Amino acid sequence: MAGRASAPGAAKGFALPQVPKILVYIVGFIPAVWLFYAGITDQLGADPMRYLEQALGLWALRFLIATLAITPLRQLFNLNLLRYRRAIGLLAFYYAALHLITYLVLDQGLDMAAIVADIVKRPYITIGMATFVILVPLAVTSNNAAIRRMGGQAWARLHRLVYVAAVGAVLHFILVVKSWPTEPLVYAAIVAVLLGYRLVRSQVKKGSPRRRPA
Amino acid sequence: MLIRRPSDILPSEITPREVYFNRRQWMAGAAGLALAATLPRGLEAAPLSAAKSPFSTDEKLTSREDVTSYNNFYEFGTGKDDPVAKAKSLKTLPWTVKIDGMVGKPAEFAIEDLIKSSALEERIYRMRCVEGWSMVIPWVGFPLADIIKRVEPLGSAKYVAFETAYRPEEMPGMDSLFPVLEWPYVEGLRLDEAMNPLTILSVGLYGETLPNQNGAPIRLVVPWKYGFKGIKSITRISFVDKQPATAWNKQAPSEYGFYANVNPSVDHPRWSQATERRIGEGGLFVKRRPTLMFNGYAEQVASLYTGMDLRKLY
Repeated sequence: MAGRASAPGAAKGFALPQVPKILVYIVGFIPAVWLFYAGITDQLGADPMRYLEQALGLWALRFLIATLAITPLRQLFNLNLLRYRRAIGLLAFYYAALHLITYLVLDQGLDMAAIVADIVKRPYITIGMATFVILVPLAVTSNNAAIRRMGGQAWARLHRLVYVAAVGAVLHFILVVKSWPTEPLVYAAIVAVLLGYRLVRSQVKKGSPRRRPA
Repeated sequence: MLIRRPSDILPSEITPREVYFNRRQWMAGAAGLALAATLPRGLEAAPLSAAKSPFSTDEKLTSREDVTSYNNFYEFGTGKDDPVAKAKSLKTLPWTVKIDGMVGKPAEFAIEDLIKSSALEERIYRMRCVEGWSMVIPWVGFPLADIIKRVEPLGSAKYVAFETAYRPEEMPGMDSLFPVLEWPYVEGLRLDEAMNPLTILSVGLYGETLPNQNGAPIRLVVPWKYGFKGIKSITRISFVDKQPATAWNKQAPSEYGFYANVNPSVDHPRWSQATERRIGEGGLFVKRRPTLMFNGYAEQVASLYTGMDLRKLY
């Protein structure tokens, strides 16, 4: 139920109006719907397949980054968006899946020999595939039943794989471009900051054991 | 060296001499008029008249829209749509091309004189980008060999080096966060490659002077090599005795060689070169087509590389 941030449970954090989670999915899928519509109606420029493929991958990375930003936002800025994290994480997975399907079907035309050769021989494809494979168990366990079944600690341990996925995603991006264009490096820097923040924080906590664990 | 023409061209398809010479006079006048009319802004979109060429392909042309809006010209940014958005700032008049090095007659040509004094031809060529896509482009230009003959290279000259304009204030991509390439962009050809009749200096496409994003006012087109060999907005051509440095080779020597001949059996270290997407074909549902050895120009250029290991000299 959509409540108000001023409710006692949400005392910590900005007084953000809460929105239904379904709205996160609806808004999150707007880029995909627009991209497919624009692709079908020839509005994606000279190389529409490549545009669609890259844009879907980029949205997957953006949602992945958004999920990683939620904890620092809460800890540093008292901004609590935790209730949307599952939706955002699943959106990252759905976009990664659409990106992969575009590669398999539209880019490679389901030419299995070419696809297998790509996976084996091309590090950026190998890394991209591995990243998607990592996201699968995370998506499958992104529900309350899985948390209950696994137990909170085991579930949290499994979901730390998202850090590996984020590194894989930016590596995949950097390896597909020529030279060192700014855009993939900016995304890499954002991921580095979000992961570095966690590393530093865990080191600081180790150094001062009396502090309450977050 | 034997230069073979494609065998499917009838003598009757080749432009008759008298038309050829007339056309040249007519063209000089027309180009002169058009250039005068556009002088303050640059050379862009002035009409050019050009003779047909037996070297042209009859494949379906890539649309003018796609040819002029999907470009790699890193001086204006790394996005395909950066050049069309940002290259307006490049001033193409006045423009001179300096020719120096090991030549008997070093020269400096004003671009409008170079255009007026050259026998322009339309050359419809396939263009294969190292990234795995291709186009069919109706260039307007003249054989590089024409200008080489005018400056009389010395016997010691073995290579031709090219240089793009270095104008950070007009080229907003040059000061990116991390330099994508070492500027100015430089390229090179072996002298026999430069003399091959397929190699042209292009000053136009689709019957008009080059849009800035395509390398105005003058660029190299070497159709059997990957597109990045086609250096844009040339200001200097030097004749040298040693293999010159080339921009992409300096950036990643293991990925981009000096020769950069289109070769489906030698992959880029990070991706396959066996197939390509023809821009404008099929939209979202584009089908890959096999890439041809020397981009389909093997008949005219394979002999340049006899005995060379093209795996090592990629």
